[in-house]
Amino acid sequence: MTEILFVLFAVVATGGAIGVVTGRSPVASLLFMVATLASLAGIFVLFEAHFLAAIQVLVYAGAIMVLFLFVIMLLNLGHDYRADLKFGAWFLLSLVVVGLTAGVLVQGLTGTDEAGPRGDGAAVAAALDAAVAEKGAVGVIADPLFTDYVVAFELMGLLLLVAIVAAVVLAKPRNPEAGE
Amino acid sequence: MLTPALYLSAVLFVVGTLGVIVRRNAIIIFLCIELQLNAVNLAFVALSRYTGIEGQLYVFFVMTVAAAEAAVGLAIIISIFRHYETVNVDKFNVLKW
Repeated sequence: MTEILFVLFAVVATGGAIGVVTGRSPVASLLFMVATLASLAGIFVLFEAHFLAAIQVLVYAGAIMVLFLFVIMLLNLGHDYRADLKFGAWFLLSLVVVGLTAGVLVQGLTGTDEAGPRGDGAAVAAALDAAVAEKGAVGVIADPLFTDYVVAFELMGLLLLVAIVAAVVLAKPRNPEAGE
Repeated sequence: MLTPALYLSAVLFVVGTLGVIVRRNAIIIFLCIELQLNAVNLAFVALSRYTGIEGQLYVFFVMTVAAAEAAVGLAIIISIFRHYETVNVDKFNVLKW
């Protein structure tokens, strides 16, 4: 059952990704992206990462994609597909680059096996499941987040503050009277 | 199920790379960068079943950075659009030699 669901989600995710690249209008690309993100959330559930699946749907497919959609609507970009794709020598070069990337990735992946990088995959997975059963899906992430990684967590909050201020400053219309 | 997930991650990353290279619309390029980030997130989540909870923590951090990046990047796109009336990346080439 898990394998069938994984294949289903993987097909939707790959198709959505191809749709993002080939979509005629930015809105179509965005909706394909939402499909990809939703199926990735499903795959996260299959890997027992329930909290991340919820965050993926709420923050990524919800907030970030709506932000993209908002900008597309604001700039009225729904219909300029012509001259969007680069063809000719540039396209061939991109295929070479993508082929090399794929080659490197496949070469790196053929070394992995089901035993996992440390060879004790089943033990780690069992420990993870026990922790989830004890603390819950959120607690198992929150526990290290607020102890070992609390500095990174606080820096993340600072990063978000900087990003908000930067977004407001950048998107603010220039005031002609201020002598810009 | 680790290996298929890593292969799916590689496929998504490569498709995202292709999109970044062949498209000219700055917003689509941003979407493809998000696609690459998600491909890496999938690899992190899949590997967290074999190395511990840290993989999922890093995905959490990546998502936060992606949100910050999307906010700033889209603000830059709005700013560029106000100046050039387009989001075609070929049109703003001042930094190009």
